[in-house]
Amino acid sequence: MNLYGLYTLFSKEVWRFLRVSTQTLGAPAITALLFLVVFAQAMETRVTVLEGISYQVFLVPGLIMMSMIQNAFANSSSSLLQSKMNGSLVFLLLAPLSAIELYLAYVSAAIVRGFLVGMVIYVVAWLFIDIGIAHLLWVLLFAVFSSAVLGALGLMVGVLATRIEQVAGFQNFIILPMSFLSGVFYSIYSLPPFWQAVSKINPFFYMVDGFRYSFFQQSDVSPGLSLLWVFVFFTLLSAASLHILKHGYKMRN
Amino acid sequence: MSAVSIHSLHKHYPGVHALNNVDLTIPQGEFFGLLGPNGAGKTTLISVMAGLTRATSGEVSVMGFDVVKQYRQARQHLGVVPQEVVFDPFFTVGEMLRIQSGYFGLGRSNRAWIEELLETLHLTSKMNTRMRALSGGMKRRVLIAQALVHRPAVLVLDEPTAGVDVELRKILWQFTTKLHQEGHTIILTTHYLEEAEALCNQIAIINQGEVVALDSKQGLLARNPYRMLRVTVSEAPEKLPERLVPLLHEQKDTDFTFRLHRKDDPIADVLHALRHAGVEIMDLHIGEPTLESVFLTLTE
Ligand SMILES: Nc1ncnc2c1ncn2[C@@H]1O[C@H](COP(=O)(O)OP(=O)(O)O)[C@@H](O)[C@H]1O
Ligand SMILES: [Mg+2]
Repeated sequence: MNLYGLYTLFSKEVWRFLRVSTQTLGAPAITALLFLVVFAQAMETRVTVLEGISYQVFLVPGLIMMSMIQNAFANSSSSLLQSKMNGSLVFLLLAPLSAIELYLAYVSAAIVRGFLVGMVIYVVAWLFIDIGIAHLLWVLLFAVFSSAVLGALGLMVGVLATRIEQVAGFQNFIILPMSFLSGVFYSIYSLPPFWQAVSKINPFFYMVDGFRYSFFQQSDVSPGLSLLWVFVFFTLLSAASLHILKHGYKMRN
Repeated sequence: MSAVSIHSLHKHYPGVHALNNVDLTIPQGEFFGLLGPNGAGKTTLISVMAGLTRATSGEVSVMGFDVVKQYRQARQHLGVVPQEVVFDPFFTVGEMLRIQSGYFGLGRSNRAWIEELLETLHLTSKMNTRMRALSGGMKRRVLIAQALVHRPAVLVLDEPTAGVDVELRKILWQFTTKLHQEGHTIILTTHYLEEAEALCNQIAIINQGEVVALDSKQGLLARNPYRMLRVTVSEAPEKLPERLVPLLHEQKDTDFTFRLHRKDDPIADVLHALRHAGVEIMDLHIGEPTLESVFLTLTE
């Protein structure tokens, strides 16, 4: 294992987004908080999704998870695509780094990005709204593994894409709508049966629902089931991205 | 053990046979020239050596390590200066070098070497400059420093002097010569033939993916048996001696250039024939064959 090499790539990736933290942490936090203010103002008195929890409070975990999903994906996909575009990927390919080392570095950096975005939103929300955490360990498990799933997916998309539009398209037409429709703003049981079934094949639903359970001890499906699904997605996407890195598709051809 | 050894190497791209059964052994300590016209397959060959491209078939090893199966060791021993000037605009020169050094598992202990590299390549003052703010020539120097950051035994430079100003070219020549003297194996691709002639002892010429010549510089030059003799005379004769007519290559006023075969046309014969015809010789110049003429015959 080239641990120092892995660590170098990881810190470079973290450094890369911290250097432009207004865009990479600030902007997502502001978006999430705007959703919180607007939706909560508009709906506060009309909706109660979970027993004993105001709509405003209900929204917070879902918004945090949605931002973590989007940002973890953006971190690895945009970094890889950029280094392909400007050609600096060659420096990484010349280095004695294995597929698993590349994978670990990119995915860990995506986790850090997701985690920091989530933290910023939580802390700012917490200043205005009283929101406690019921199960800290579950919060951490869902945050880390959901970010890891999206980090691995972003890695794959970043490696396979050859143009910026492909990554942007994936982000705008897949990640964004799927994360919006994952039960961030409602309980899926408020939906017609067909859309309930559709929601249940959306991986992001399990991330949001389980994450919300960690705060309120209430959820649409059992948190154990959600965590299991997150692990399944994590395993599948990790295997797929490792396979791609090992064979050097679109990188060493 | 050789620095680089290549066996039956093939590389197909869709519709292009970029490398066709290449066999090449580059001994350690060589200053090796890889010549060939554009599209010959030089960059592809380097990419396979560096693990940037997978070969279709065949084997390549660097310092005895297979570039696919033992890629870690192979890459530790190889430094590559890419043909294109590529860079990460995010980072400064110093950061780029520390990051590259880190990829190779080298931490603080390598800082002194990085500083030395910056010094030698006259980059010290640019240490904290972002890559995007550097001129093209400066960026190329950084590429060279990056390739050397892990002290590789074998250094490959892919057309390092293409589009480079005279001053930088001189620095590069001195620097690579120094590295060679220190024991590095240098592999240089270039399309400036005088550059290869000045620097390389061993030369391979590739054309359309095949090695068409592999020889020492002297050996290659000897393949061209002709040399040029330019004679300046005081007054052009009415008629050239019969014997010299087929040898005449060019005439400009009182300058006669003869194309002479090393064995069959001794210079003394020409001079003798001229004097015999009463021609007074003012000046002489002998042009040895250049790599260019050999190159052109081999890649036509
Ligand atoms: N990625 C690629 N895809 C398809 N063809 C390629 C690729 N890279 C190089 N080639 C082709 O392979 C041949 C050799 O190219 P290259 O190795 O770059 O030549 P050189 O460096 O000697 O100029 C050329 O015909 C080139 O068009
Ligand atoms: Mg080339």
